[in-house]
Amino acid sequence: MLEIKNLSASIDGKEILKGVNLSIKAGEIHAIMGPNGAGKSTLAKILAGHPSYEVTEGEVFFEGKNLLDMEPEDRANSGVFMSFQYPVEIPGVSNIEFLRAAMNAKRKFRGEAEISLENFMILLDEQMKHMEIKEEFKERNLNEGFSGGEKKRNEILQMLMLSPMLAILDETDSGLDIDAMRIVAKGVNHFSNKDRALLLITHYQRLLEYVKPKFVHVMVDGRIVRSGGPELALELEERGYDWLTMSSPYEEAV
Amino acid sequence: MAAETHLGGTEYKYGFVTDVEMEKLPKGLNEDVIRQISAKKEEPPFLLEFRLKAYRRWLEMEEPHWVNAKYPAIDYQNISYYSAPKQKAKLNSLSDADPEILKTFERLGIPLDEQLRLTNVAVDLVFDSVSIGTTFKKKLEDAGVVLCSISEAIHIYPELVEKYLGSVVPIGDNYFAALNSAVFSDGSFVYIPKGIHCPMELSTYFRINDKETGQFERTLIIAEEGSYVSYLEGCTAPAYDNNQLHAAVVELIALDNAQIKYATVQNWYSGNPITGEGGVYNFVTKRGRCAGVNSKISWTQVEVGAAITWKYPSCILQGDNSVGEFYSVALTNGQMQADTGTKMIHLGKNTKSTIISKGIAADLSHNSYRGLVKVAPRATNARNYTQCDSMLVGAKCSANTFPYIEVHNASSQVEHEASTSKMSEEQLFYFQARGIAMEDAINMIVNGFCKDVIQELPLEFATEAQKLLGLKLENSVG
Repeated sequence: MLEIKNLSASIDGKEILKGVNLSIKAGEIHAIMGPNGAGKSTLAKILAGHPSYEVTEGEVFFEGKNLLDMEPEDRANSGVFMSFQYPVEIPGVSNIEFLRAAMNAKRKFRGEAEISLENFMILLDEQMKHMEIKEEFKERNLNEGFSGGEKKRNEILQMLMLSPMLAILDETDSGLDIDAMRIVAKGVNHFSNKDRALLLITHYQRLLEYVKPKFVHVMVDGRIVRSGGPELALELEERGYDWLTMSSPYEEAV
Repeated sequence: MAAETHLGGTEYKYGFVTDVEMEKLPKGLNEDVIRQISAKKEEPPFLLEFRLKAYRRWLEMEEPHWVNAKYPAIDYQNISYYSAPKQKAKLNSLSDADPEILKTFERLGIPLDEQLRLTNVAVDLVFDSVSIGTTFKKKLEDAGVVLCSISEAIHIYPELVEKYLGSVVPIGDNYFAALNSAVFSDGSFVYIPKGIHCPMELSTYFRINDKETGQFERTLIIAEEGSYVSYLEGCTAPAYDNNQLHAAVVELIALDNAQIKYATVQNWYSGNPITGEGGVYNFVTKRGRCAGVNSKISWTQVEVGAAITWKYPSCILQGDNSVGEFYSVALTNGQMQADTGTKMIHLGKNTKSTIISKGIAADLSHNSYRGLVKVAPRATNARNYTQCDSMLVGAKCSANTFPYIEVHNASSQVEHEASTSKMSEEQLFYFQARGIAMEDAINMIVNGFCKDVIQELPLEFATEAQKLLGLKLENSVG
C-alpha cells in the first residue's frame, strides 16, 4: 500500500530525514519508535503533505501513485490520514460543520454525491459512541478549548468518519490519561482490519500495549536503524534508545 | 507565510469603465459651483441656503488627520463636483435609461429585467452623481413606502426633507460632512409611514464611473411610529490609478417603536495591491437617531474595498428603551487602510447597545477598530456590550483597537471584550489534511470568524458577502 524509498527531507535548509525506506502492506500495523528529534513526526507530516518541508531525495508511492506529487487534500481524499500530534484550534468552525465538509470533499473527489444530513448524523452518532464523546461536542468549535485528551479523541473520531486506507497516528498516545488511552485504543482497534494499514508513531510503547503492531522500526537521526517484531518494542522499553543512538556513529564509520 | 509574494494576483472584477456621454461641471469648488449644482437640480431656496451655509462652514474647517492612515493631501480644486449621464428627457421608467448604463448594472450582477430581478428587493441605482431609476416602484407605492432619489424627494416631499435633512448629521459636524452638505448630488430617500412594515428589502447600488468626479451621495431614511424597514447599499468603482473621493452622509431617523436595519456591502476599488496607486477614499458619515421610545437602529457593514475607509456608523439613543446595534466585518488586503467602528451615544433611560466588530487584515494592510461608547448623566440603566476581534493573515499587516468609553451614570453597565488571532498555515494545512482544499478552508475559517455579523445581513446578500470574503483573501494566503 505504501512504499517509501530513500526519502530525504529538510526544513529551512536543515536536513531531518536522511534516506528512509519503509514498506507497508494492507492489513499491517507498523510502529515507528525513537528518541525525540529523530524525525518521526517529520516523516508523518511529509506523508500528509505539510508545506514547510522540502523533499530533497527519494520517492513515496501510495497504491502505486506518486504521493509526493499530490496536493495534501488529494492525498487525504485518496485515503491517507494523519492524526495530528498537536491538532490546531479553529475558532468559528464547528466540529460538525468541519466533519461534514471533509466527508463531502472526499465524496466529491471520488465523483460521488454529497452525504445526506440524515445519513451523516446517523454515522456521526455511531462513531461518537465508539469514542465516548458527548453530544454537545458537535456544535463546539473545532478543537477550541479542548483538553489534550479531547483533541486526540477527536482526531480518532475524524479517522473513523473519513475511513481512510492508511492511517498515520503521530504521537496519538502522548498526553493521554489511562481512560483516554483506553478509548483511543478502542477506536484504533475498531478501525483496523485486513484492508487497512496503520502506522503508529510513538515515543513510548504505552499505546503498543493496546494496539499490537506486527512490525516495529526504530528511527534515529533521520534513518530507520533497526526493524523487528513486537519484541523490539519491549527491548526498547527495557534498554532505552541509547544503545542504538551510540552505535550509529560506529556503524557509519564501518 | 510569505504574504508579499502573492499580492499580484488580486483581481477586481468590477474595475471596468462605462463609456457614456456625461454632463459635467468643470473642476473646482466655489459658491458659484454650488449655485450651479442647485440650479441644475431646480432646488427650492431652502436647499440652496443649506448648501451655502455648509460651504461657508467647510471653508472655516480643517481637514482632520487623526485617522490611522497615511495618504497624500487631497486637492479639492482638482475634483469635479457634478457629473451626470446626459439624457434627453425625463425618464419614466428604467427601460428609458441609457442602455450602456443598464448594461453596466447587469455586469455588476444587478439584474434589472422584470423577470430576473432579485425577488423581494427593490433597488435604486446611482450612477456617478445621479439616480438612474428604481425597481418595484409600484409595489412600494401600494404599501405607502417611498423609495426614490433624494433629488426627487426634494420636489415631492420638500417639507420632510427640510425637516430632517441635517437633523442627525448637522452641516458642521465634521469636515467631510460639511463638504457633502455643500455639494451632494444625489442619493436615496426612504419614507416609511406610521405602522407600516415595509414589504420588501430596499436597496441602493452606488457606482462611481467617472475618473475625476467625487461622489457625494446623501441618504435620508425616516421610519415613522411603529414602522419597520430593512435597507441595503452596495458600492463598486472602476480601477483607476488616481484616487477618487467618496464622502457620503447617511442619516436615519427612527420614531417611537420604529425599527431600521441598514446594511452595507462596500467593495469600492481598493487600489493596486503592489504599488498602492489608485483606489477610493471612503470618508463617510453615517448616523442614526433613535428619536422615539423603544426604537431600534441596526447597522451591519461588510467593508472589503476602498483604499482608505474612514467611517463610524453611529446611533444616538435618545428615546427611552431604544436599542442601537453595530455589526461589522472589515477586511483589508494589499495596501488598504481601514479605520472604522461606531459611536453609541446613550441619552435615554434603559438604552441598550451592542457592538460586534470583526477585522481581518492581510498582506501589507492596516485595519483599525475605533469606537466610542458614551453614557450621558440621565441615561439610567444603560447597557453596552462590545466585542472586537481581529484576525491577521500574514506577518506584515497590522490590526489595532481604539475603544473610547465615557460613562457619566453610575447605574450603567459597559462591557468590552477583544481578541486577536492569526490565520496560520497550520490551520489551513489541518483542513487540507482532511481533504478540504485551500480556498474552501479559507472560506470556512473567515466565514466562521465573521459568522455573528454575516447572519445579520438580509438572506439575499449573506451568501454573496460570504463568497466575497473568501475571494478577497484567496490571493493573500498560501
